[in-house]
Amino acid sequence: MANRNSTIANTGAVNTVTQKNTLSYILVRDFKMNKYKYLIIIPVIVYLLVFAYKPMYGLIIAFKDYRPALGFDGSKWVGFKHFKNFFTDVYFWRLLRNTVTISGLNIIFGFPAPIILALLLNEIRNSAFKRTIQTITYMPYFISMVVVCSLVRIYCQADGVFSQMLQAFGGKPQNLLMNTKYFYPIYVISDIWKNIGWNSIIYLAALTNIDQEQYEAARIDGAGRFKQMVYITLPGLLPTITVLFILRMGGLLNVGYEKILLLYSPATYEVADVISTYVYRKGILNASYSYSTAVGLFNSIVNIFFLVISNYISKKVTESSLF
Amino acid sequence: MANGTKIREGMGSIVFDVINTIIMIILAFITLYPMYYVVCASFSNNVQLLASPGVLWYPKGFNLGAYRLAFTHPLIGTGYRNILFVLIVSLPLNIIMTLFCGYFLASKNVLFKKPILAFIMFTMFFSGGMIPSYLNIRSLGLFNSLWALILPSAMSVYNAIICKTAIEAVPDSLIESAYIDGANDIFIIFRIVFPLIMSTVAVLLLYYGVGHWNSWFPASLYIQENDKLPIQNVLRAVLIANSNILNSAATDSDKIDQFAETIKYAAIVISTVPVLMIYPFLQKYFVKGVMIGAVKG
Repeated sequence: MANRNSTIANTGAVNTVTQKNTLSYILVRDFKMNKYKYLIIIPVIVYLLVFAYKPMYGLIIAFKDYRPALGFDGSKWVGFKHFKNFFTDVYFWRLLRNTVTISGLNIIFGFPAPIILALLLNEIRNSAFKRTIQTITYMPYFISMVVVCSLVRIYCQADGVFSQMLQAFGGKPQNLLMNTKYFYPIYVISDIWKNIGWNSIIYLAALTNIDQEQYEAARIDGAGRFKQMVYITLPGLLPTITVLFILRMGGLLNVGYEKILLLYSPATYEVADVISTYVYRKGILNASYSYSTAVGLFNSIVNIFFLVISNYISKKVTESSLF
Repeated sequence: MANGTKIREGMGSIVFDVINTIIMIILAFITLYPMYYVVCASFSNNVQLLASPGVLWYPKGFNLGAYRLAFTHPLIGTGYRNILFVLIVSLPLNIIMTLFCGYFLASKNVLFKKPILAFIMFTMFFSGGMIPSYLNIRSLGLFNSLWALILPSAMSVYNAIICKTAIEAVPDSLIESAYIDGANDIFIIFRIVFPLIMSTVAVLLLYYGVGHWNSWFPASLYIQENDKLPIQNVLRAVLIANSNILNSAATDSDKIDQFAETIKYAAIVISTVPVLMIYPFLQKYFVKGVMIGAVKG
């Protein structure tokens, strides 16, 4: 094979033909060698084309006045009309404020919780007790959002457990989920309840990499258990914490709609309505397809912007990144 | 002197352990009580339960009526059947697609791997979003069909990356020697790679399985007929939307009224128990899955 190539290469006149031959030769050889690999990736590519890329193409309706009868292509172009309408929408600032608030509260309270849990789990000496606590705290992660939100609703009813607890501290009987004052605490606490155990796993994994000799040295220096936890274990987790925190900040404007849709009601729209739930109501319930697509596109572009920035920071600070 | 330090540290250490244990027990209680409450309420007598709201420590007037009704209720029956259909069709599809994708991404010396990798990864960071996806499903004619719950989630790119990581750990020499023996890639995937990454496949099965079981949003968008709703959406109708679909579908609706409150709890229990039953046995696999995902990140 190599012999033939060199023979042709020696005759300068057919040089272009040689290169062509080599390229097609490489292609043919690649397809021959890897034909089954290409064969198996075809279903994946088709799947992504139909269910991921086709909706991406559908984003063009954000710049059109979509009519179902005319289809994606046939509808009339209107430029940035829907974006302008959104920026002047009476709800624009409320949506932005609620999205950032819910996300921010979730980071402030929800982010440290699993770290604290991992630190405390790490200090349990009885391994059977430790495993039991782990099994218990991971469990809510597997309970469906519908069930979790149903429980929240039941406990927040006027005669529910939470309402009664608040009444013991002088509150008046009321449905807590109808009161704008309680929406954020309910949202954040139930989120921690569901995810604290599961999110602690990654920190527990990182803990196994901490050098045991450091504890030895600290004990000789007279550091107690609490001091060891604060001055050795916590710094040992810092790289993991940094990466996860930066990536979490990247999702600042990315609040999931599932939980809010199950918990909010017109009485709490003022604090609970976020961009994604607004997209749902406008698009699915009111059938304003183009407008809601524009709102959704705005949200995902901001998300990508945040993600790229936080990824860049993560790369600089910790030398690890998503892409 | 040395002895003294030891005792002092010992005391501090004991105090630390006691406080830590107390915190952990409180945490375990907070985690378990809501589930315990549901179980108690589901075994209660409807009237007595309504008469005594608030904290429950044991079933109020033990009664199995709610379960008897729930198990024989047509909508809960169809809810179960629909989600089982979704699982039975989805899981093999999920695993095959994920294996194929993971194997391709783990393979070496493939000319077009880079562009295909970029094509696949791009979908992790950008998507058409809710409305274009919704219109897409509608235009594909999947409306009001369980296939609308199966096909759009045929593969998760994140899981394919987990699978790729596992396949990369398979020794190259095994695959090389299979090639020399004349095996093709498809044979290698199912007869050599698959048995070697069984524990990862278990993780993937659980991720996909729990994901399908707990999913409710797609069905709320695409399924219109009550008897095509999966179990989570039946629950949502009963518990969140407070609709009376249980009554309208039942043949003996006055009987439902007798158990109006307790049947809700019974429905929660029978929809959640399957997942919670298998989970402790497979916990270590789940944990492993998180680790693999983390290594990549």
